Amino acid sequence: MAREQHDYDDIPGTFVFDAERSRQGYAINMFCMSLMKDENRKAFKANEAEYLKKFNLTPEQTDAVLKRDYNRMLELGGNIYFTAKLGATDGHSFQHLAAVMTGSSQPDYAAMMLEGGRSVEGNRSRSGKNTPSKYLGAAPAKKTAAAKVKAKAGSKAGKAKSGKAKSKPAKRK
Amino acid sequence: MATIIAGIGSSHVPAIGAALDNGKTEEPYWKRVFSGFEKSQAWMREAKPDVAIVVYNDHASAFSVEMIPTFALGCAAEFPPADEGWGPRPVPVAQGHPALAAHIAQSCILDEFDLTICNKMEIDHGMTVPMNLLFGKIEKGGHWPCPVIPLAVNVVMYPPPTGHRCFMLGRAIRKAVESYPEDLKVVIFGTGGLSHQISGPRAGLINRKWDTAFLDNLSKDPQKLVKIPHIEYMREAGAEGIEMVMWLVMRGALDDKVDEVYRFYTVPASNTAVGHIILANKRRAAKKPATKPKRLAVKRKRAAALARVQRIRS
Repeated sequence: MAREQHDYDDIPGTFVFDAERSRQGYAINMFCMSLMKDENRKAFKANEAEYLKKFNLTPEQTDAVLKRDYNRMLELGGNIYFTAKLGATDGHSFQHLAAVMTGSSQPDYAAMMLEGGRSVEGNRSRSGKNTPSKYLGAAPAKKTAAAKVKAKAGSKAGKAKSGKAKSKPAKRK
Repeated sequence: MATIIAGIGSSHVPAIGAALDNGKTEEPYWKRVFSGFEKSQAWMREAKPDVAIVVYNDHASAFSVEMIPTFALGCAAEFPPADEGWGPRPVPVAQGHPALAAHIAQSCILDEFDLTICNKMEIDHGMTVPMNLLFGKIEKGGHWPCPVIPLAVNVVMYPPPTGHRCFMLGRAIRKAVESYPEDLKVVIFGTGGLSHQISGPRAGLINRKWDTAFLDNLSKDPQKLVKIPHIEYMREAGAEGIEMVMWLVMRGALDDKVDEVYRFYTVPASNTAVGHIILANKRRAAKKPATKPKRLAVKRKRAAALARVQRIRS
């Protein structure tokens, strides 16, 4: 069955770990969880394919794990907090994984973070919704909300008050 | 009566814990982060809370994908640090406050917030890192300065509870705390965030504008934040930036109008924008001294008068 489409599928470069992926990726995540124990890490490293058989991964999921294709793991229901345990088992820092997932080298990724991180500009939407969130504005919105309340109260109370409320937002312009 | 005196917002980046545990706090990269919390630690020593409620999320430590409670309250007597794959962090076992926690659970559930009760629970960096940032480094054999009540929120699997739901839970927690008979000073932590994405090709996303507006509104106009839908957090603040809804539990537990005591923001710690704020409820104690002595004086006068009358009668 095809994956149900959601508003957040429009966010580029992002696999949201939702209820459907949680169900689909249960085996991957439980496998990763098992790597919290040292004896399991050793068993996995000794024979990866054999160890994975215990967890009933799909062939695609097994392939993604063996190839350390972290983005594919996320797409197939892995969650980053879980797949990070696989990275740690390989002896990698988290920034190494981040670099791998973003198709960058670790020094380049680290440098990008030091310079303030990846900009949201141009990275909001696959479908061109690149205008900043309307929830960003701080103080002015408060006035608008207050004005709305006043306007509502005014319209209930009568003409005189509603006139007053209408004139207020105009003043701010 | 127990009262919530202040709310604390703090990121809980695991690398901060690792830097602390591995003695890297003096390295310039980390000093930039830790120095932002020095004033906060002084404030905390002064505030001397009796209990801290810590709203945080577990990162595949205490909860895997076997059970994913939306809100889970720690009612245990103690909470050991979890082994997150590198051995448990060298921090003290946190003492709980089972009596207040049970009271909060009962009050909130009757208030229609169906909390999961955890009578055995380990806590991961989501909780221990903010505790370190506010209480300082404490050796494994030592003691945290006050008991804690963990409130784990699912922000790992989508959808987490809405910002509005988180805020209203904060309200319910406040009601619960204020109906607890013992005089306790309580602080509440909201942790996680601020903007960050650590998964997928868009990893590394940081949005300073968003974070600043979030902190501004948290302080002055939280009702505005309550309306933000999840898609906005994920688009603007990163897939994992959605953790910021947990700060709204903290904000909901405070007065509508609060004093912003302190704020700190720096980019990055590892992959994350570090945000921190202390919001204090305005002191309500000011009213009490004015009324109490009066009442006492009246009582004393009456008692004295009664004594005189009794003396005369006898």
